[in-house]
Amino acid sequence: MTDPVAAPAVVRLEGVTKTFPQGNVTALQDIDLAVAPREFVSLIGPSGCGKSTLLRVIGDLIEPTSGSLSVNGKPARKAREDGDYGIVFQDAVLFDWRTVAKNIALPLEMLGWERRRRKQRVAEMLELVELTGFADHHPWQLSGGMQQRVAIARALSFEPALLLMDEPFGALDEMTRERLNLELLSIWEQTGNTVVFVTHSISEAVFLSSRVVVMSPRPGRIAGTVDIDLPYPRTAQTRDAPRFFELVTEVRQLLRSRGEHLLPEEEAVLE
Amino acid sequence: MTPRLRLARVVEWLPALAVFVLVVGIWEGLVRALHVQQFLLPKPSTIVSVFWTQRHVLWPAGWYTFKEALGGFAIGSGAGVVAATIVGRFRRVGSALMPVFVAANAVPIIAFAPIFGAWFNPIEPQSKMAIAAVLCFLPVMLNTLRGLQSAKPGQLELMRSYAAGELETWRRVRVPTALPFLFTALKLASVLAMIGAIVGEYFGGALNALGVTINTASQVFQFSLAWAGILVAFLLGIALYAAVVTAERLVVRWSPPEPS
Repeated sequence: MTDPVAAPAVVRLEGVTKTFPQGNVTALQDIDLAVAPREFVSLIGPSGCGKSTLLRVIGDLIEPTSGSLSVNGKPARKAREDGDYGIVFQDAVLFDWRTVAKNIALPLEMLGWERRRRKQRVAEMLELVELTGFADHHPWQLSGGMQQRVAIARALSFEPALLLMDEPFGALDEMTRERLNLELLSIWEQTGNTVVFVTHSISEAVFLSSRVVVMSPRPGRIAGTVDIDLPYPRTAQTRDAPRFFELVTEVRQLLRSRGEHLLPEEEAVLE
Repeated sequence: MTPRLRLARVVEWLPALAVFVLVVGIWEGLVRALHVQQFLLPKPSTIVSVFWTQRHVLWPAGWYTFKEALGGFAIGSGAGVVAATIVGRFRRVGSALMPVFVAANAVPIIAFAPIFGAWFNPIEPQSKMAIAAVLCFLPVMLNTLRGLQSAKPGQLELMRSYAAGELETWRRVRVPTALPFLFTALKLASVLAMIGAIVGEYFGGALNALGVTINTASQVFQFSLAWAGILVAFLLGIALYAAVVTAERLVVRWSPPEPS
């Protein structure tokens, strides 16, 4: 594990709490988290544990109720305005009226890159996500997996230090998901990004991450952290390694223990 | 388009063409066989022949009315888009105006035709344009607003992640999302504009207007002339509709081919 004190953190949260006024829901409570450069951190937990909310707080798409938060050593708002992170959602969120190339170029257009530089970068990104030849296709002509690769290319096109991913492969079938997991790792190794990845798949979290953060619901809290010591580069064989299964079990037990522990509390809330 | 695709298009249209020819044929046959009175229902062949022999009256009349419809279409649709933009941008204005618009939508606007005649000079084209414009306004306004509000939350969130300003979000997300909605409304409005102009002329208008020609012909039992006038209105209505469809194809180029 990278020592969060020694390395300057890309993401640092201290005592972050988020309460939604509607229904007085505490989505996040007292979250402390530091993500070092080049780390691949997964946030995992049952639905409603606030993992997507946490990702949006990091991206300054949701403002925390209290606590302090910095991204790339700046306030989250400044980091967002500086284009310090790229984001990928569960739905690819492509613009139907733009071709694949123009979807990838969207953030570059907004940053004011000139046409030739944009074109060159788009070509590089298409190669990175292995979609060369699809530049002039429209999103509806692509499969779900290809659309998600376009979204990843778009998120990385302007070389942000941080990549935020909100269950990016959650809507894909198992086989496509596993292939994209491998692709994502290879992209991560090439680009050297820091990644914060939300998922509810234990095996996906273990396979991808250098660290898995397990969250528990209502209120969303960090239940524990599991360091994933499987060596990179990981391959399809990594999923067959005994250590992989041990780590999966460890994460599962952490999820389960917190779940059982929380059940009576949840019932109390419901009363 | 490859020749093969073009052929496929033609083949696709054949059944519709066959039905059209069949219906006209049955009409012609029945009117002849049953000796239907001319004033009840003229033969298609008679209508077409009057359409040709009276072309010096009918065609300019059609053009005159078409210009009224076009003017009303442009004014009504333009105002609809502007209103939708304002209501979509300023929520306060929207919550004040929307109930009024929705209530107004229930008013049969054609009922106002005689009143518009009184407001404007009934002989001049303005009153007809006004009716057509009012007919076009609400469907365009409501549909465009719906379109402007149909941007997906994820797309708006993405724009926020890019620190995009409001103008940029409108330009890059809301407006493109609204365009297909707008064109659906414009197709509807193109038909309504012709209806508005012609019905408006039934309550008075220039002598060389199509609605007036149809109305007068009916009153003096020249039903084949009235029918030929309706044929002119039909052809012009189709022309306006087709123009909107063509514009849609040019502007909204990204949609998947429609399942037809």
